[in-house]
Amino acid sequence: MQHGKYRFIVGFLALPLGLYALFVVWPFIQSIYYSFTDWTGLSPEFKMVGFDNYKRMFHDEIFWKSLKHSLLFALVLPLVTISLALFFSFMINVGGRRRRGGPVVSGVRGSSFYKIVYFFPQVLSIAIVALLFAFAYNPDSGAINSLLRGIGLGSIQPLWLGDPSLALWCVMAVLVWSTVGFFVVLFSAGMASIPADLYEAALLDGANRATTFFRITLPLLWDTVQSGWVYMGILALGAESFAVVQIMTTGPGGPDYSTTVMVLYVYQKAFRDGQAAYATTIGVALLVVTLLFAAIVMRLGRRERLEY
Amino acid sequence: MGSTSAEHENDNTEGVGRRDLIKRSAALGLISVPTMSFLSACASSGGGDNGSKAKAGKKTAKNPLGVNDTAQMEFVLFDGGFGKEYAQDAVKIYEKNFPKAKVKFSATQKIQSTLQPRFNQGTPPDLIDNSGAEQMDMGVLVGKNQLADLTPLLDAASYDDPSKKVRDTLRPGIVEMGQFDGNPVWIMYYAYTVYGVWYSQKALDSLDAEYPKTWDEMLAVCEKAKKKGMAGWTYAGKYPYYIPFSLYPMIGKVGGREVLDAIDNLEPNAWKNPAVKACFEAYYELYKKGYILKGTPGLDHIQSQTAWAKGKALFIPNGSWVENESANVIPSDFNLAVSAPTGIDSSDKMPFGTIWASGGEPFIVPAKAKNPEGGMEQLRIMLSEASSKNFTAKVKSLTAFNGGTSGITLTPGLTSGVAALKLAGDNVLNPRLQDWYVQLQKEQIGVAGLGEMMAGRLTPAEAIKKIQGFADAAAKDTSIKHYKHQ
Repeated sequence: MQHGKYRFIVGFLALPLGLYALFVVWPFIQSIYYSFTDWTGLSPEFKMVGFDNYKRMFHDEIFWKSLKHSLLFALVLPLVTISLALFFSFMINVGGRRRRGGPVVSGVRGSSFYKIVYFFPQVLSIAIVALLFAFAYNPDSGAINSLLRGIGLGSIQPLWLGDPSLALWCVMAVLVWSTVGFFVVLFSAGMASIPADLYEAALLDGANRATTFFRITLPLLWDTVQSGWVYMGILALGAESFAVVQIMTTGPGGPDYSTTVMVLYVYQKAFRDGQAAYATTIGVALLVVTLLFAAIVMRLGRRERLEY
Repeated sequence: MGSTSAEHENDNTEGVGRRDLIKRSAALGLISVPTMSFLSACASSGGGDNGSKAKAGKKTAKNPLGVNDTAQMEFVLFDGGFGKEYAQDAVKIYEKNFPKAKVKFSATQKIQSTLQPRFNQGTPPDLIDNSGAEQMDMGVLVGKNQLADLTPLLDAASYDDPSKKVRDTLRPGIVEMGQFDGNPVWIMYYAYTVYGVWYSQKALDSLDAEYPKTWDEMLAVCEKAKKKGMAGWTYAGKYPYYIPFSLYPMIGKVGGREVLDAIDNLEPNAWKNPAVKACFEAYYELYKKGYILKGTPGLDHIQSQTAWAKGKALFIPNGSWVENESANVIPSDFNLAVSAPTGIDSSDKMPFGTIWASGGEPFIVPAKAKNPEGGMEQLRIMLSEASSKNFTAKVKSLTAFNGGTSGITLTPGLTSGVAALKLAGDNVLNPRLQDWYVQLQKEQIGVAGLGEMMAGRLTPAEAIKKIQGFADAAAKDTSIKHYKHQ
């Protein structure tokens, strides 16, 4: 019976693990291999060049710029998005005033409406969101500058995406806007499962909203926040940041390289410049950064497990 | 709470346990680098030559390339601004001439994603329109010997007149553009694009002005426009590599052809030529005097063309595709016109009218194609007068075929383009940076150099220094192939 059990488990795992190895692990090994070649991506011929691509990468100014921007994305975006999402979901689920005859813990008035509003951007594909904001940021006839003119601030007409000192922040704002809803829903689900009697006890002891949040909600939600953090960081390093930078920004890559990110650089090297081997080298660097990010978050987030 | 109930609750509510979380983040980490996996998905398995080439047919007067009349011919077209109808029409002629041959025609916008794996496997189609956003890098294709030499096509008799070679029926510059180094011609550019300063003749008339020939006149016209609440210039601020469409030929006009050749050849100090400095300063003056439409650095090509079509700005540097691309925003009484760039003054080395015109829509026949003669024959059909006329009538653009405009009604922009080419005569310039060194031209000279200068964040001297630095770096970069004007 015992070894029959293992055979049973292996039988179930073989196929998915095989697929995973074939479509995820194997391409990784391949890409690492290609980073040591001079493959162009346009012909089947290539030869080994040792560490040349890596040497080149370490002297590549644009690579360092894109790395800097990617790291900034990975730090700022989760921080802003998750703080905002925590605040919103706390207000939706817990932060309301106590109403006569109502439950002890409830959200602000109209919270179900807000939930839909926050989640709405999540329904749109990131490409549509990026295009939408590209129009909004249009300095000549875009929504933002028109609004500024409309309220009598016609003298303030920033170039938004055309200004190297603003462009990166414009891009980040779009990503925050489009992802915050997902985390509001995620955290709402987490908060709904925190037993109401804990809040009741806290309220009886005279705790105000801030105290309730920092002493009860956040600690009990910590694991969800942490995985949200990793997830958001990876979005910021990967596909989402590529889509917005590629679609919205000047060049693309921003005026004077002000919005270029690692994924965009990988794409440009592989598909614009026909230097697939160098692109995989940057891809390897991106892999290292992503894994480091996940490891650091896990490490920093380690704390006593609370059971309730 | 008892321990059992706690455990139970954990299962239900908490969702993500520590071990789960670690596993999950590891998995996310792996998924998060998709760029790597899709890159390698198309590599390796380079299976060499599977399947043999089609046997050549007999060369006859009607079949000068010796096409095998039973072999399949595969043609992949870029389905972009010019659509696919013109090519389908040409395919029909091929099918009529070779009724026993099967033609496999497809049109796509995803040239690179569809064809890159086939190049890697050694089974590319016989004719490709390698164009659009997913264009495969020509320099790399040539450098890796992936393309067939089109000289047999150029030396074959032309479709309409057997006494004339195909090469003698083409517009100036087309053959040279297809060469990279040495004699072989790798690319046949089918469309013919006129670059320059585009404007509304009606708007210019309303200012009581003529198209300016010297820079002082240009500034005067802009001043007039400004008084009427119209900006002098706008450009695709997010893609500032549109500025060279009028700036490069101006540099050529002021300093002579050699200056542009030196720039293309990445010669040291090519950008430090006084002609470059004069032209950069002239353009910078447009910014300093406030003649550029406000907010231009934040506009993309469509937005800037729309603002210009609405009459917010008078001039825009662009290519002849603008007439088709902005057709739905250009008013019917706009009277679109193009002019060769304005020079500095009468001391310029080349006369007014010197213009940049060159091929667009690059067609290639892969070296490993199974039926290269078929691919070339299809091109020969497309370069006939009838097919050329069909293209011009359908998509409002000229072709590489010299002529083919009589007997059809031309749109205002096209008429003006033909007139500008006539005025230019032999003074047609053909800067090559945009097909030889894409990154240098677009991202470095365009965005980081000219874009910053026109937004007022760099002075001309700083811009020149920065661009010269980029050019020097490109000249030293061993990972890119270098080319020289012949």
